[in-house]
Amino acid sequence: MNDIKADAFVDITDVVCPTTFAKAKVAMARLSEGQILEIRMKAGEPLQNVPRSFKEEGAQVIKVIENEDGTYTAFIKKAG
Amino acid sequence: MGVDLQQLKKGGLLKQVQKEFFSLRLHIVGGQLTFNQLQMIAQVSKDFGNGEIHLTARQGVEIPFIKLQDFETIKNKLAQVGLEPGACGPRVRTVTACQGCKICPNGLIETKEFSKKIDEKFFGRDLKCKFKISISGCLNNCLKAEENDLGIKGCMEPEWLQANCIFCGLCEAICPVDAIKINYENRDVIFNPQKCIKCGRCVTSCSSDAWKGREGYLLLFGGRNGNVITRGKQVVPVIYKEEKVLSVIEHTLKFIADYGNNEERFADILQRVGNSQLQKYLKEVLESE
Repeated sequence: MNDIKADAFVDITDVVCPTTFAKAKVAMARLSEGQILEIRMKAGEPLQNVPRSFKEEGAQVIKVIENEDGTYTAFIKKAG
Repeated sequence: MGVDLQQLKKGGLLKQVQKEFFSLRLHIVGGQLTFNQLQMIAQVSKDFGNGEIHLTARQGVEIPFIKLQDFETIKNKLAQVGLEPGACGPRVRTVTACQGCKICPNGLIETKEFSKKIDEKFFGRDLKCKFKISISGCLNNCLKAEENDLGIKGCMEPEWLQANCIFCGLCEAICPVDAIKINYENRDVIFNPQKCIKCGRCVTSCSSDAWKGREGYLLLFGGRNGNVITRGKQVVPVIYKEEKVLSVIEHTLKFIADYGNNEERFADILQRVGNSQLQKYLKEVLESE
């Protein structure tokens, strides 16, 4: 179950590495500290690297949900 | 005057199709070069070769079209920037390495200093056959451990820290072998160490510090990639200390000296006498603290 309220949403399933993180990062840049970004991404490389790259910037992964279409949705809280 | 080609080969000079020229192989460790070294390599190629430089398949550098009579002069020039000729023939060859955890976000172990240590201890040591060592900082295996006589891969043994876990589900989603199962109702994580390949992804991805990792070295023995291709095999458990890896290499070279025939490749020795023989040979090192 998911009861997390995101402040913004970005779909990065239409781009490939390294644009996946770049696109998500641009969306995150619009948020304030402590706000939550909801990111829809493909399994595999984006799921391996995008949450980790946000971690390196001090953000925290709050929740990861597997969708029924083979994609994942990650909720990431901006550092602060 | 007769020229001893074997002796030249040992000193890094490889004969070319053009009989009057040699390709000069340099001793490079882990693919690392500095600005000054690259500049000197370029200068030597311009002044003594034909201006070409070749990057070898194992992170080496060769300067082709070198004349034997210039060898001493070139050696002195290269020494000014800490470079020396490389090795060919039946001995320990260039240690290859990726940039490791100090540069690469995927890296699990340090590789630059480690490859230098291995090189200092073993490079150029005469053996009955050639012996290639590679170090990859993680299981992405960029340096192709299984193609080397001894391939080293950095790995990570994970441990779950319940107190820090926020049950976000990321580790379960990214584990490539389904070794992690989260029970959301009981707020528990079921980790299967038998399935775990020690890739460290759970540790490096977790943003809540709920996974702690212990750096390790996964060793593959007896690989080669030539006319006959053999994949290196893991014959001993993961090692957690750098010094222990060094003594395993030392004992592996002794094993080759004891069991190998002349020019017999490590892969062939293992096939002939069996991996268990090597295991027995390394037992003492592995059990010591």
